[in-house]
Amino acid sequence: MNYEPPRGSPIADARAPALAAQGGCKGAIRIANVVKIYGSEGAGVRAVDDCTFHVPAGKITVVVGPSGCGKTTLLNAIAGFHSITSGTIHLDDALLCGPGRPKADPGPDRIVVFQNGALFPWKTIVENVAFGPIVQGRLSRKAAFEKARMMLAETGLHNLETNYPGEISSGMRRRVEIARALMNDPKVLLLDEPYRALDSLTKSVMHEALLETFDRNRVTIFFITHDLEEAIFLGHHVVIMTTRPCRPKKILTVDIPHPRDYSVLTAKRFREYLDETVEAVHEEALKAFAAGERER
Amino acid sequence: MKESAFAGDMNVALAQGPTAVLAKPERGPGRLESSAYRMAQWLRSPRPYLMLIGFALFLGFWYLTVEVWKLPRFSQMPGPTAVITEWINPDPIYGLSLYSPEYYQHIWVSTRRVLIAFLLATATGVPLGLLLGWSLRFKEYVFPVFELLRPIPPLAWVPLAIIMFHGSETPIIFLTFLASFYATTLNTMLGVESIDVSFVRAAYCLGAKRRQVFWHVIVPGAMPFIFTGLQISVGVAWFSLVAGEMVSGQYGLGYLINTSYTMVQYPTMVIGMITLGIVGYVTSAAVRVLGNYLMQWRARELAMGAEA
Ligand SMILES: Nc1ncnc2c1ncn2[C@@H]1O[C@H](COP(=O)(O)OP(=O)(O)OP(=O)(O)O)[C@@H](O)[C@H]1O
Ligand SMILES: [Mg+2]
Repeated sequence: MNYEPPRGSPIADARAPALAAQGGCKGAIRIANVVKIYGSEGAGVRAVDDCTFHVPAGKITVVVGPSGCGKTTLLNAIAGFHSITSGTIHLDDALLCGPGRPKADPGPDRIVVFQNGALFPWKTIVENVAFGPIVQGRLSRKAAFEKARMMLAETGLHNLETNYPGEISSGMRRRVEIARALMNDPKVLLLDEPYRALDSLTKSVMHEALLETFDRNRVTIFFITHDLEEAIFLGHHVVIMTTRPCRPKKILTVDIPHPRDYSVLTAKRFREYLDETVEAVHEEALKAFAAGERER
Repeated sequence: MKESAFAGDMNVALAQGPTAVLAKPERGPGRLESSAYRMAQWLRSPRPYLMLIGFALFLGFWYLTVEVWKLPRFSQMPGPTAVITEWINPDPIYGLSLYSPEYYQHIWVSTRRVLIAFLLATATGVPLGLLLGWSLRFKEYVFPVFELLRPIPPLAWVPLAIIMFHGSETPIIFLTFLASFYATTLNTMLGVESIDVSFVRAAYCLGAKRRQVFWHVIVPGAMPFIFTGLQISVGVAWFSLVAGEMVSGQYGLGYLINTSYTMVQYPTMVIGMITLGIVGYVTSAAVRVLGNYLMQWRARELAMGAEA
């Protein structure tokens, strides 16, 4: 079993030395004092406020929090889709964004899997998966297609290559999208509620597939969800966010060894983690609700 | 005995089952097969027969109002029998039928004008629309002017077109071009603006440069709207063509309709109108077929939707 005992609570401290070297894994993200205000300063919406935490390399970090608290905002800042107002975000030892550089450049080291899926509907499955290495000029068309076919076969999707995304089920689309990301050997996968639209049966299959992929690739995973059971089942660490403006309220280290399978769901320890999370999240949800009432 | 025969059928069906499920339209010969299949499906559905009934009702209504009841409003109008007999007459009373080479010359001249105008409108409207949708700065310069010119109907351009261009051919093509150009440009721009921002972000994430995002995301993403625009564009091309041809020119279906009106050759006038309808339909169907051919992904997606 390749399970490592958790150390203290290193992820709460952004100034902790980068854990990049540990186990040869890359892709630690350090988020320090990040603030994001939409619109003009003063009048705008404060979506993220003085947010500090650490996403350790080669681990699955799951972020949960009330609806509209600013989780996607944080993910978009890491991905480089928009700027931050202040604070710094580091990937390993490189500065992604910070003072003098408000917006990170999006790139194949941090690949996003979107809430509603973003496979190009006008490209076939294999063209989608081969897209990254081709546009980066890293592989020739032929080599990229070959690698894409191998990648798809590995995920058990080999007979779908010439289909278009609109022709396959939404669960399969998510798996293809993850394969498309892994083609680029990213350091980090950023997943924004990727399984939200799926039914619970498909979801459980997706979870096991994701864990299997994780065991094979050891890529750092930053995963946003509303589903607390999903959070604890997948995560090494679960970061519970406060209601807007968003910052970590509680960071939970889930001490259940990987690889996990569905039998953990009934384990006593799992239930205890779940209770702890539910309590914290419920408190924030109530606050969010009360705030919503006040605004009205 | 019957039961076992039935069981045998079932076995065949089961044996074929999975392959039947996996069979899908492929590039190449498969595509032809699938369109033959679709044709057979269409013939089996009630749709073609409803369509025939629709036409029959229309002709019947025309026949009754004009030739049987002779309603006052319709007294000057030629009935369907008069039009059809004139149309297929080898020796036409008013000088024009399926047998006269002139008929085809009118069709050809009009079609040529529409084709030239449509191609010009596509060649200029698509790039302009892509730029308008892609660059906010460019849109701020150009779009207000565009929106100011757009409501001016082609007919209002007639005098200026005649002053600007020599002869009768160029002004007509210019007038035909105008409305098409607006339709194509506007729809292309909306097409770019309709693209989900996630696709653009995903492309950047996967390491695409700005130019690659344009070719791999913006152009194909706008394609459905572009083709909607092109279909509208051929339609309005015929509109403004006829307006232009009625004002000047020596040939063309608009000219034919107008002169047969002034020379009181009413059946010929109606023949011109029906011909316009048919040719117009064929051109817009051709654009649709081309669109489906270029957007296999869309055609297949829609086919999936129809099955579900
Ligand atoms: N472009 C924007 N301009 C202004 N406000 C925005 C913008 N995007 C998001 N917001 C606001 O910022 C807050 C946080 O949004 P965000 O999408 O990050 O929340 P979230 O935690 O991902 O929510 P959900 O769980 O519903 O996905 C919300 O109140 C939202 O209304
Ligand atoms: Mg969100």
